[in-house]
Amino acid sequence: MATLQLNNIVKDFGGTQVIKGVDLEVKDREFVVFVGPSGCGKSTLMRMIAGLESTTSGEIAIDGQRVNEVGPADRGLAMVFQSYALYPHMTVEDNMGFSLRLAKVPRAERREKVLAAARILQLEPLLDRKPRALSGGQRQRVAIGRAIVRNPSIFLFDEPLSNLDAALRVQMRIELARLHEELDATMIYVTHDQIEAMTMADKIVVLQDGVVEQIGSPMELYHHPRNRFVAGFIGSPKMNFLEVEVRGADAEGVDVALPGGDCRVPVAGDGVSAGDTLTLGIRPEHLVLDEAGPLTGRIQVIERLGGVTSLYLEHGDSEWILVADGNVAHRVHDEVRFTFDPACAHLFTADGLALAHLTRHPLADIDRKENRASSASDGR
Amino acid sequence: MIRPPFPTCFLQWGIPMRERTSGRTVGGFRNVFLQGPAVTLLLLWMLVPLGMTLWFSFQRYNLINPMISGFAGWDNYTYLLTDPALWTAMGNTLLLVGWVLAISVIGGTLLAVLFQQEFFGRGIARLLVIAPFFVMPTVGALVWKNMLMHPVNGVFAWLSDLLGLPVIDWFSSMPLTSIIIIVAWQWMPFALLILLTAIQSLDDDQVEAARMDGAGPLAIFWFITLPHLKRAISVVIMIEMIFLLTIFAEIFVTTSGGPGLASTNLAYFIYIRALLDFDVGGASAGGVIAIILANIVAIFLIRTVAKNLET
Ligand SMILES: Nc1ncnc2c1ncn2[C@@H]1O[C@H](COP(=O)(O)OP(=O)(O)OP(=O)(O)O)[C@@H](O)[C@H]1O
Ligand SMILES: [Mg+2]
Repeated sequence: MATLQLNNIVKDFGGTQVIKGVDLEVKDREFVVFVGPSGCGKSTLMRMIAGLESTTSGEIAIDGQRVNEVGPADRGLAMVFQSYALYPHMTVEDNMGFSLRLAKVPRAERREKVLAAARILQLEPLLDRKPRALSGGQRQRVAIGRAIVRNPSIFLFDEPLSNLDAALRVQMRIELARLHEELDATMIYVTHDQIEAMTMADKIVVLQDGVVEQIGSPMELYHHPRNRFVAGFIGSPKMNFLEVEVRGADAEGVDVALPGGDCRVPVAGDGVSAGDTLTLGIRPEHLVLDEAGPLTGRIQVIERLGGVTSLYLEHGDSEWILVADGNVAHRVHDEVRFTFDPACAHLFTADGLALAHLTRHPLADIDRKENRASSASDGR
Repeated sequence: MIRPPFPTCFLQWGIPMRERTSGRTVGGFRNVFLQGPAVTLLLLWMLVPLGMTLWFSFQRYNLINPMISGFAGWDNYTYLLTDPALWTAMGNTLLLVGWVLAISVIGGTLLAVLFQQEFFGRGIARLLVIAPFFVMPTVGALVWKNMLMHPVNGVFAWLSDLLGLPVIDWFSSMPLTSIIIIVAWQWMPFALLILLTAIQSLDDDQVEAARMDGAGPLAIFWFITLPHLKRAISVVIMIEMIFLLTIFAEIFVTTSGGPGLASTNLAYFIYIRALLDFDVGGASAGGVIAIILANIVAIFLIRTVAKNLET
């Protein structure tokens, strides 16, 4: 049981503000993911929550209690570091039991708790090894085990999987999700990996330059990005953008001029008038090849992944990406025509804010738990 | 002729593809060719004086009386080994090495932790604390003798006068202790230098993980910093040991081994034999004993150090 509130917290490193007033509410048992470009302050924010970094101003509260002045060991948190930070001279068992040893827990009880954690992570055969003699994935599991043994109310993970290879990442991702259900703990997770963020999070926090750009469920961020930054950051490959001129606008939609004719995008057009310039955003996977389509582009690069093919198109003076199915036979330098469903398009004003869609995407409010068989059966 | 006891087991040939206990393979045949010239030179450099020392140690050879000559058999050795002065010197050597090692390693470790902290003027302070190492042993010892420990115009005498305590005549009342203090003062900076660099390579994440696990400063020192420094400490011990076994200048300029034999170590004892008694044969025998002693120590030491270095 643990909730976490951040109230307008700020971090100042000798004159440079790195975190510029972040508000966040984490509910009990929630899985929150921080994403953002490198250097945006994700680690700093997490270290402030952990108590490893002081807070310049603002309040951090756990279960409603202000913890700004509480030391890292007494906040009831456990952190898993990107570098694992295992103690190299201790065996796996001693690594995992170190916090208990410091807390003067009797040897037998300590061993019992370590064994219980080792069982969850399938580490039992490795308990007598030193970290040096473990593979990357095993080290990662030991680091997680060390966190579990402390029985924290909140887990903090700082890019825990970034040193692992792709296959192991997938496996650990699933294991972490399983662990989250098993332990019923609140988890906060920093990642660069889109897939990790989209699949694991109940709530994604998008940060840029120490400012929260948007907080929401993965599907909400995907379908209803609040601004151009979030739209470009969430989703891979990146969203395509095009400057367009407004032909007419009202509360039911906005008409914009495209090279192949006008198009009506169903977003609230209040405050927009004919002649304004907006930015049209459309995701690569929402572009469809179509002989009669209104848009044209010349293929520069083709990336064939088997299941899908990415076409990099020269479209006017910008480069667009189009994700088509795996069987497209086009070649480089071919001229292709394509179209899109206006309902999937986004419009951004000059200051980057998105115009609100008239209808909410049906999946935007889906709960992550509904994507899993195990917890769906709980609700029988 | 008389050579400092240098552990000969430092030499190592490149043997094709050895395997460590951990299962990792090291080296290859090529090593022999690459290391050959250097090792040959080193061998010559060591073996010629060693051979000469061994040769002289079995000779009757006194510089005062050239009439005494010829093969001596084990006479030089029996004469030495039955001489109680040798055992006094050996005991002094061990005391000197042991205490200086203890003081410089413990003090060096604590200072390293201290100088790792951020404080104003750290750069200057680091430079100053390392300075004694760059003072020549003779000069350092003379400064201690004439300016600090002198019973009349030394700083210590002045201090105890100020506090109304009896003045200590350091070199006559506690000669070995005085020399231990001087040598420790010289070697602590060396330990500090090595340990400070080692401490700087300690992963911050590890310390922070320990903090999250509830470790206070003492627990972090004991469970994280100290194990991390284990290697560096063994290296410091090994290097200091080699040099401390042959301490000479500090004794020469302060107590001259006295009073009596109270501050005579093995190196100084050999010097007394060779250059004060002009007994080259006896001194060479002493040299050989010193080599054997150094090697015994070194073998034990290198074993433990090697074990430390492997894990
Ligand atoms: N101790 C410090 N002193 C001054 N600036 C710092 C300090 N630590 C971090 N910063 C700055 O704070 C900003 C945020 O750093 P942070 O490590 O939180 O980024 P991040 O989002 O975790 O990046 P990455 O994804 O690369 O890990 C960076 O611009 C960094 O240079
Ligand atoms: Mg980071």
